[in-house]
Amino acid sequence: MKVDLLRFITAGSVDDGKSTLIGRLLFDTKNILADQMEAIEKASKTRNAGEIDLALLTDGLRSEREQGITIDVAYKYFQTPKRKFISIDAPGHIQYTRNMVTGASNADLAIILVDARHGVSEQTRRHSLIASMLGIPHVAVAINKMDLVGNSEDTFLKIASDYQELAKKLNIKDLTIIPVSALNGDNIVTRSENMTWYTGPTLLSVLENVNVLKDYNAEDGRFSVQYVIRPQTDALHDYRGYAGRVQSGTFKKGDSIKVLPSEQESKIAKIELGGNEVEQASVLESVTILLENDIDISRGDTIVSANSSPIVSQDIDALVCWMDDKKALKSGSKYVLQHGTARTRCSVRSIEYQVDISTYEHQEDVDQLTLNAVAKIVLRTAQPIAYDPYQSNRMTGAAILIDETSNITVGACMIE
Amino acid sequence: MNFDYLDQLEAEAIYIMREVAGQFERPALLFSGGKDSITLVRLAQKAFAPGKIPFPLVHVDTGHNFSEAINYRDQLAEETGSKLIVRYVEDTIKAKGLKEPTGKNASRNWLQTFTLLDTIEEFEFDACIGGARRDEEKARAKERIFSFRDEFGQWDPKRQRPELWNLFNGRIHKGENVRVFPISNWTELDVWNYLKREGIDLPSIYFAHQRELILRDGRLLNNTPVIEKDPADQIVTRQVRFRTVGDMTCTAAVESSAATIEEVIAEITISRISERGETRIDDQQTEAAMEDRKKGGYF
Repeated sequence: MKVDLLRFITAGSVDDGKSTLIGRLLFDTKNILADQMEAIEKASKTRNAGEIDLALLTDGLRSEREQGITIDVAYKYFQTPKRKFISIDAPGHIQYTRNMVTGASNADLAIILVDARHGVSEQTRRHSLIASMLGIPHVAVAINKMDLVGNSEDTFLKIASDYQELAKKLNIKDLTIIPVSALNGDNIVTRSENMTWYTGPTLLSVLENVNVLKDYNAEDGRFSVQYVIRPQTDALHDYRGYAGRVQSGTFKKGDSIKVLPSEQESKIAKIELGGNEVEQASVLESVTILLENDIDISRGDTIVSANSSPIVSQDIDALVCWMDDKKALKSGSKYVLQHGTARTRCSVRSIEYQVDISTYEHQEDVDQLTLNAVAKIVLRTAQPIAYDPYQSNRMTGAAILIDETSNITVGACMIE
Repeated sequence: MNFDYLDQLEAEAIYIMREVAGQFERPALLFSGGKDSITLVRLAQKAFAPGKIPFPLVHVDTGHNFSEAINYRDQLAEETGSKLIVRYVEDTIKAKGLKEPTGKNASRNWLQTFTLLDTIEEFEFDACIGGARRDEEKARAKERIFSFRDEFGQWDPKRQRPELWNLFNGRIHKGENVRVFPISNWTELDVWNYLKREGIDLPSIYFAHQRELILRDGRLLNNTPVIEKDPADQIVTRQVRFRTVGDMTCTAAVESSAATIEEVIAEITISRISERGETRIDDQQTEAAMEDRKKGGYF
């Protein structure tokens, strides 16, 4: 049987029991090793945490352990016979929105934790908006701490209905709502005996069964050229291979292609993987494409299927999450835009509106964006870029803004 | 489509290798002779085939390495046609007048940092590819794939660049560099399964063999003159293999009868002790040992 990979992010805060939930998943799937367990027991004792604190499994840096919180994005790896998992753990507080956006950018699924005692909160709304904005295809809402509300079905149904109402305002393709207790392990890996009224899947079962590769855009052939392979040896004198990763769709030998932004056309002569010829290459595969005729292609160019063109433009509308804690984004500011393997300078034409990520309200007349702000902006790039709208193609609709002097990544853009 | 997790991990690592070649002027691959860096070399070969790997292999030799690993290194460099650069901790100790650590658990492991930073300066490397994995240790679990280092080689966990999608930002100023970890998302088991799938031979010390060892505090260390003996040490002969192949002074052996790659995989699959916890003495000193070493410029 084919074992594949799922990346998921868990959104929630310490108070919601997020780290406990991840600890529980690892523990109940027998992914905690003896020495790790021993280290946690030792740490739990020194901090007088009482029982063994599964949350300690995910707290990495010393400053995080001292404050008992997760500051940065942390990754955990575990597996079951069905699948391998990369757990992305990002902090949930509003001041760490950029970290959650970062973690969410690569996630196939989001677990959104809701405290059963408090129901859908401002934080739930915020996390759900980020999941939707970043185009995460699957959302599992875990209504946690069910044990503290007497495992009440009514409470669960009320919160589930509130959430469904909220989800209508968002773009969530696949939604599952599950009553759980991370502390007791109810409906995480094993079905709860305390909530026999619940007949849906456990959290692990959702994680194991969502179809990941189906989420990628399979229609539009896109390939961003990373590097040109030219061995220039006697035997391979004329070899010219374009190295890159298929961002969406499928490429086959003989396919007609177009190179953007130059609009040159050609056909695929050969596709290679590690020096061996392969029939075709699909989304996520790193291959080398050889073309029938010699045309001028370099890093930053995009090879696309001739029958489906992306948008090629210098004027871009995008949702941006601002990540710089030192300098604000202003109308007129200039940055380096990195999109695929292309980099070009750009300037901010205007800030259309800022989004309140808790109420979803739009605020106009905003003159600058500070750390963690989410806004719709209009950019003008120095060179045209070839893109698809983010919500139809996460690979070719994403871009980052880089500060020209500090070189720091300052913005995450989802192109509209 | 038959694209499984190993294909996914391989495709991601090849993508990262190519980003390095595309974004930097003078990259290098840090090679130790261990299984993780052997995996890196294979990935680099695949990334640039049929061309050669477009960067040199760099080894910081503590002088306390297993001869099997050193021989393997030289042979691999020859087979792949890669340029091999070796720099010695011994030379750094002499040139800088550093004090060689002494005592029971003395190790040159920390001194490697000086040699590495000097080597980066000497060749003006702007990117160094390494085989670190996030599943190895808590501080590594939080490190980026493109990990920015300032002009002193320091890692600042609080000033890491956000790393979004697969858009790696390798823009730096002169004198700064980036450490790049293409197999960040691999586990120990993934590495072994990949080596098996690719049919890659490993240095013999990775497989069960009889060896004379020092038994110290429940751990088995290679019996070599570079480890200062303690009265409490016992010399024993056991059937062992090494799970990690680092400097002899801080790498312990595990008792094992696994003589083939399949047997090693079977043994790891049922093992209940994590890789670094079992064999790395350097991480166990304090809870933040790795975090502190990385801040100082360690790999």
